[in-house]
Amino acid sequence: MGTISLKNARKAFGDVVIIPGASLDIKNGEFVVFVGPSGCGKSTLLRMIAGLEDLTSGAILIDGKDMTEEAPSKRGLSMVFQSYALYPHMSVRGNISFGLKMAGMPKNEIEAKVAKAAATLNLTEYLDRKPRQLSGGQRQRVAIGRAIVRNPEGFLFDEPLSNLDAALRVNMRLEIMQMHKDLGATMVYVTHDQVEAMTMADRIVVLNRGNIEQVGSPLELYNRPDSLFVAGFIGSPKMNLISGKPAEKYDAQTIGIRPEHLGISLKDGTWPAKISLAEHLGADTYLHVDAGPCGMMTVRAAGEYDAAPDAKIFLTPEPDRIHRFDGDGKAIRK
Amino acid sequence: MARNVSFRRKLVVTALAWAIGLLIFFPILWTIITSFKSEGDAIALPPKFLFFDWTLENYGVVQERSDYLRFAMNSVMLALGSTFFALVIAIPSAWAMAFAPGKRTKDLLMWMLSTKMMPPVGALIPVYLIFRDFGLLDTRGGIIAVLMLLNLPIIIWMLYTYFKEIPGEILEASRMDGASLGKELLYVLTPMAIPGIASTLLLNIILAWNEAFWTLALTTKDAAPLTQFIASYSSPEGLFWAKLSAASTMAIAPILVLGWFAQKQLVRGLTFGAVK
Repeated sequence: MGTISLKNARKAFGDVVIIPGASLDIKNGEFVVFVGPSGCGKSTLLRMIAGLEDLTSGAILIDGKDMTEEAPSKRGLSMVFQSYALYPHMSVRGNISFGLKMAGMPKNEIEAKVAKAAATLNLTEYLDRKPRQLSGGQRQRVAIGRAIVRNPEGFLFDEPLSNLDAALRVNMRLEIMQMHKDLGATMVYVTHDQVEAMTMADRIVVLNRGNIEQVGSPLELYNRPDSLFVAGFIGSPKMNLISGKPAEKYDAQTIGIRPEHLGISLKDGTWPAKISLAEHLGADTYLHVDAGPCGMMTVRAAGEYDAAPDAKIFLTPEPDRIHRFDGDGKAIRK
Repeated sequence: MARNVSFRRKLVVTALAWAIGLLIFFPILWTIITSFKSEGDAIALPPKFLFFDWTLENYGVVQERSDYLRFAMNSVMLALGSTFFALVIAIPSAWAMAFAPGKRTKDLLMWMLSTKMMPPVGALIPVYLIFRDFGLLDTRGGIIAVLMLLNLPIIIWMLYTYFKEIPGEILEASRMDGASLGKELLYVLTPMAIPGIASTLLLNIILAWNEAFWTLALTTKDAAPLTQFIASYSSPEGLFWAKLSAASTMAIAPILVLGWFAQKQLVRGLTFGAVK
């Protein structure tokens, strides 16, 4: 049921290597998020699982069976595209039922399945409309309806929320998580938004230039990043990365400390700093400070923090929250 | 935002547009008018515009002397046949070029178009000899093949442009949904490209209908379309302007009517993708 394994899956166009070789085991029912900056190969990797891109070498196993050469529709996976990719000339009903028709399912069975999917997604009254008559959120629901109606082993999402406005995005995020809970199906989700990754994933796969940098639960990645890249990518606002003299004191090339792990004092502390900007978000205040040899840093303070411009403060990192990295950007563990 | 256009300006622009329109249409109008004149009125100097004895005798003579319907039937068969086979080849070709392009796709498209830059007369003798040796002279099949090949580059180009506008993700979605290549083309791509395919089809019918060079060179009787019908009136016995005009009017009438009804579709098709 719904396990997906990549065995050294490689993708190259001629001399241009997109994925040098990715190995990963996704468990049944797991919600895995591929995250990384644009151009890191996360969508390509997803499309390789879907069967929309051929592998240059390596293998993809679904449910333990080698599916490397199998057609997309034979893999038991559904995909939700970034652009929704609805069939514009078909009604909502036609869109949702297309896959079932292609599978040659009897008409009354199709009717029943479409009705059920439409009811779950609140689309019943829109079944006879064309996609162009729907709002962005409704289109997204149709795309999801098209995916769930086939009752697949696994779902693949390719940045499905990036075309929605911010409020709707939060709603749909919750709906997808609820759907995952209800269906218990394996889901692989691609995004460049690390907040989406942190909130939705059972496990996050961080990709950088086609390489899997680190795989782990959101908190594992947050607490124990394996590399500078992961440290800088996961967490918002970004981790402060400091190199040079201050880092040498900790026997590292670079050290990292998150904005929320810095103590603020007006009297004394490890690093003196000068406030240059303050962002008041209500619950929190983010101070952008000039910390001399440490460079510019971001510090989280209480929401009510009264930050006078150019005020002098002292910062003290929590000692067990300091991340140390060597010259290759790899984490140094104690 | 609607611009404020003064009445005078509107009047001038409208008059100008009508003048240009009439100027372009005048040769056809003159042909139609001449077809209702007696041969004497047709060559009269100064030309008579509307005040002459209107007569239908030319049409009677033309119909009597040659079998219009047979020529018209050939024209219909050649236009529809060549268009049908061209689309059967062009839809998959354009699909491949638009959605699975290779390194040489652009070059291939340019090369195809470049064949249209060659003067057709350059290929006349080899094509004629091929036709003679394979017994294709004056056969519908042969002419359909030539007309199809002649217009194929333009058809593929047009379809390629339309297909480029269709997001590839929709086709991929259909592949995820289990559509085979054939079903993907039939149920997803073609319905989405109907406006483009329709205008390509119309344009090709018109091009094939009007094609004179090859049809005149390669047909004599059995496969002869309306172009031969017209040409047969510019005979060595002397020019019969009125009869030639009547024949021309009869030859262009069907395509003129088709073009009139399809003009909206044609304009849409030719400017497709230009504004977005």
